[in-house]
Amino acid sequence: MATRFDEIMGRRGEIMRGALGMDYSRFERSPVAFDYEAMMTDHGYSLDDMKRIQAAAGVGDTPLLELRNMTDLGRSMAEPGKGARIFVKDEAANLAGAFKDRRASISIHVAKEKGYEGVIAATSGNYGAAVASQAARYGLKCIICQETYDSRKVGQPEIVEKARICEAFGAEVVQMTVGPELFFHMLELLDETGYFAASLYSSFGVSGIETLGLEIAGEMKERTGAYPTAVVATHAGGGNTTGTARGLKRAGATETQIVSASVDLSGLHMASDRDFNRKSFTTGHTGFGVPFATWPDRADVPRNAARPLRYMDRYLTVTQGEVFYATEALVKLEGLERGPAGNTAIAAAVSLARELPREATIVVQETEYTGAGKHHWAQLNFAREMGVAVRSGDPTENKPGEVIVIPERPEQIRAKDFDLARMRKSYVRNALKAAPEGYAPTADDLAFLAADTNSDVAAVEGIVAELAEA
Amino acid sequence: MSDAERVRRGDWVEVQRTILDPSQRSGNLPPETAEKPLLMWVKGFAEADGALGDEMTVETMTGRRVSGVLSAINPGYFHTFGNPIPELVHVGVDLRARLSAYRETEKGGA
Repeated sequence: MATRFDEIMGRRGEIMRGALGMDYSRFERSPVAFDYEAMMTDHGYSLDDMKRIQAAAGVGDTPLLELRNMTDLGRSMAEPGKGARIFVKDEAANLAGAFKDRRASISIHVAKEKGYEGVIAATSGNYGAAVASQAARYGLKCIICQETYDSRKVGQPEIVEKARICEAFGAEVVQMTVGPELFFHMLELLDETGYFAASLYSSFGVSGIETLGLEIAGEMKERTGAYPTAVVATHAGGGNTTGTARGLKRAGATETQIVSASVDLSGLHMASDRDFNRKSFTTGHTGFGVPFATWPDRADVPRNAARPLRYMDRYLTVTQGEVFYATEALVKLEGLERGPAGNTAIAAAVSLARELPREATIVVQETEYTGAGKHHWAQLNFAREMGVAVRSGDPTENKPGEVIVIPERPEQIRAKDFDLARMRKSYVRNALKAAPEGYAPTADDLAFLAADTNSDVAAVEGIVAELAEA
Repeated sequence: MSDAERVRRGDWVEVQRTILDPSQRSGNLPPETAEKPLLMWVKGFAEADGALGDEMTVETMTGRRVSGVLSAINPGYFHTFGNPIPELVHVGVDLRARLSAYRETEKGGA
């Protein structure tokens, strides 16, 4: 007899089709390739339309701040002639306090237009607050499914705060213990309610971030006379990198380097009841960043609109201690109390600035609201309670889940390059694995894989040949 | 039982429900997760009088009716900032001093 779990998972495609109001099969070209651009523009909204929708929703046009003190901090430790100017887009100024409002504003607008009574999203992050806030404005009901607690009902303060803010906006928050079956329960709820699936990974949400790239390109051109040299995005599921990069390119900033940054959480298992409360980060970490970049279609939609490998020029990782140090530096030097998880890109930018010439510019493309629980002090105090050691020292000794090492000096902040070639290979392996056994990729498939990994057909052919030999 | 552990119909409460028993959970979970049930908590208005630990049905914010064990009454939020972090308290002073020194050198060198 089929279990409830099997029954619901077996109807996954049908439930999601109804809940997204969109048939993804129209974009499929083969078991490997699909028409990404057609999917992204299927909603029919131009960038101007999205700007209008967002302006009416209290979203967008956030301040672009130059961090002069952080820039000089970088220069104080750089070789002569080096030390790029650092800017930050203060996305915390959006209605619910993060760039996620850009995603939610388009998703919820679509849900309202399509006549849904309510919306559901699975998220333990700022996206929940964004969806709940927009749903309140549009008069829609809202359920947020959140992985909140370990089996003892203990939760990271940052996630507990996010539950509070969702409830403050009138959402029903379904709080669960650790496990990927959160998705199963979300499907049950979609099936029960008939609500819209406000997925983080839908084309509505991800294209809503394009306005952020557009604003950065325009504002930097106006302020500095040029597009930014590099834009650094905190990277988890990939929407942030994807949407921002697409917006930059649509604005003409095609030479801007797209740098993704994650906190290194290697060694911790994302589905572990034990590790869950020893991460000290809720997002922006490699536990999401690597799997989602190397196989985006693991998401809750048939085809993920967030495809970060398409856009990434570099992927930097930083340690937990480096991010907490950078967060404290940002507060004390710039009067900007934000984060903590969203400040991953700040830590990476401090390191990157030292490599680049003084004339170069770096834009950290987001901040997020901070408050009780959602604060670097709260996360560090909680880490200690969970038995994680916190000490000063050399951040290379940081070991996720065991010891958080806070740098003693800013010179110790050194981002590491993650090997993109390895990620591309892993992506191609996963894409071929998803096709029927023995399927031979066509020329169109190879071209798709090349575009999806920001490489070329020859490189993809090389990977395919290598995988066939293995 | 004290009044603090009793609810009246219409009170704002939280119920706990088991979504999946360990035997029903998905494969490939680490053992420390696989051996635990998948639990869920949701808040709503009590549909009947009762006490902590009772089976209870609530009406949630979206109007759904969910049954479970009454796990909290008028549940609040007590997360905070906590104590200052000794490893971070000196950062601001250090960095400001460093910036001043750097800017002095720049002025001198220019």
